[in-house]
Amino acid sequence: MARTILPFGPQHPVLPEPLHLKLTLEDEIVVEAVPALGYVHRGLEKLCEVRDYKQMIQIVERVCGICSCLHALCYCEGIEQMMGVEVPPRARFLRLVWGELHRMHSHLLWLGLFADAFGFESLFMQCWRIRERVMDIMEATCGNRVIVSVNVVGGVRRDLDAGQCAWILEQLAIVEKDLKQIQSTILSDYTVCSRTKGKGVLPKEQALQLGAVGPMLRGSGWAQDARQTGYSAFGEIDFEPVVEQDGDSYARCVVRFREVLQSIDLIRQGIAKLPAGDLVAKAKGMPDGEATTRVEQPRGELFYYIKGNGTKNLDRVRIRTPTFANVPPLLAILPGLELADVPVVVLSIDPCISCTER
Amino acid sequence: MFTMTKNVVRNLLTKSSTRLYPVEVRGHFDGYRGRLDNKIEDCIFCRSCQIKCPSQCITVDNKLGIWECDPYACVYCGICVDACPTHCLSMSKEHRKPTAEKSLIHLQGTPKKKKTATAKPDEAKDAEKAEDAAKPEDADQS
Repeated sequence: MARTILPFGPQHPVLPEPLHLKLTLEDEIVVEAVPALGYVHRGLEKLCEVRDYKQMIQIVERVCGICSCLHALCYCEGIEQMMGVEVPPRARFLRLVWGELHRMHSHLLWLGLFADAFGFESLFMQCWRIRERVMDIMEATCGNRVIVSVNVVGGVRRDLDAGQCAWILEQLAIVEKDLKQIQSTILSDYTVCSRTKGKGVLPKEQALQLGAVGPMLRGSGWAQDARQTGYSAFGEIDFEPVVEQDGDSYARCVVRFREVLQSIDLIRQGIAKLPAGDLVAKAKGMPDGEATTRVEQPRGELFYYIKGNGTKNLDRVRIRTPTFANVPPLLAILPGLELADVPVVVLSIDPCISCTER
Repeated sequence: MFTMTKNVVRNLLTKSSTRLYPVEVRGHFDGYRGRLDNKIEDCIFCRSCQIKCPSQCITVDNKLGIWECDPYACVYCGICVDACPTHCLSMSKEHRKPTAEKSLIHLQGTPKKKKTATAKPDEAKDAEKAEDAAKPEDADQS
């Protein structure tokens, strides 16, 4: 049969961000997918040569609109490692709280978009309504809804008082109640199951070979999570990665849904164990040497390589985002799918393209 | 069917989830970084904000006592507010409304020591030195 080549993206109704895939079709079945990256490249890494290392925090926050706090956290951890700064315990716990709030809002955003991808409009709106409460918590505690800008080298800029902690817990209880209400729909509704179960299966062995990260890897049965390395305060609280075995789009959806509930638990633990003390430790000198850091972003493992030269500017900042790591597994699971299932499967990796292309 | 009836009744009796936007506006929480304001009479034109600003939207002229900010380049991170030694910079809750034309915020204040032709050049230099000396302390804050 004659083959057809179909461009999927960069502008496509289902895509929140401009991913471009060249799909080779035989009838309606995908036989090959070739990606094209670079559509929204902004050259943010290069800015480290003209902005000083403290100003770079605000720049790396803008690498990704959804997980800004975790980019800044990863960058700050790298700089702190190079300068030998001991972050105060209170700051580490506050970073955990804000980082998990970011994961919650990112996953809820994705759950909504995913529901929208298979045409479940009301579920999409319910997810985003719940998310709004998480955004409110961030606005009230950090001063902004998305770009929270709380991380600085050596600690955090804002504090949580007892009243705010109680208010956060109160709001999280409502979020949890709302999530429990939509749980049965997300996990067992006929529409959700028929569009996601068995679609885009990534076998366990292949997931590891192709270097999948985050919910993509955990959906295929691997209990791997960068939070296990114990960055910020994760070493001091109970944490077990969420794992699903099936490796299909449904499994990835379940992983993300369970991770939202897990994040609520982590925030509760973080607030309960919040120690008293300073917010910022003084950083002396200029960053010199090399550092690599990993944190768990909502989409998977985020990796930073930073090289300093003893001046206020850095030599190199290299950012490897989780979507970049998840593109090869995506290309492996697309062949064999029907064209109508491609949008759902592409969205199931939670692509963040402006993050990937920086 | 029973669940649906329950939901329908509940939705009919509870308040709408949405707001009638332009009529009913949701306020902002305290501490929201909405708009950057400068109380120019307290400003000492030390340029800490200009040096710290990641988007380089602030220009300070310490000789003429001019403080300028490009609100369309500003990223509202609040770094300048933290760096300000006299706390003349602040962020208010209300954010800027959209406009058809871009403009600069231009504030004219009184420079700390006026450098005029009649003033002794040494005194003016000393004043500048004192201002510069105050800078490193502030720089360590963030």
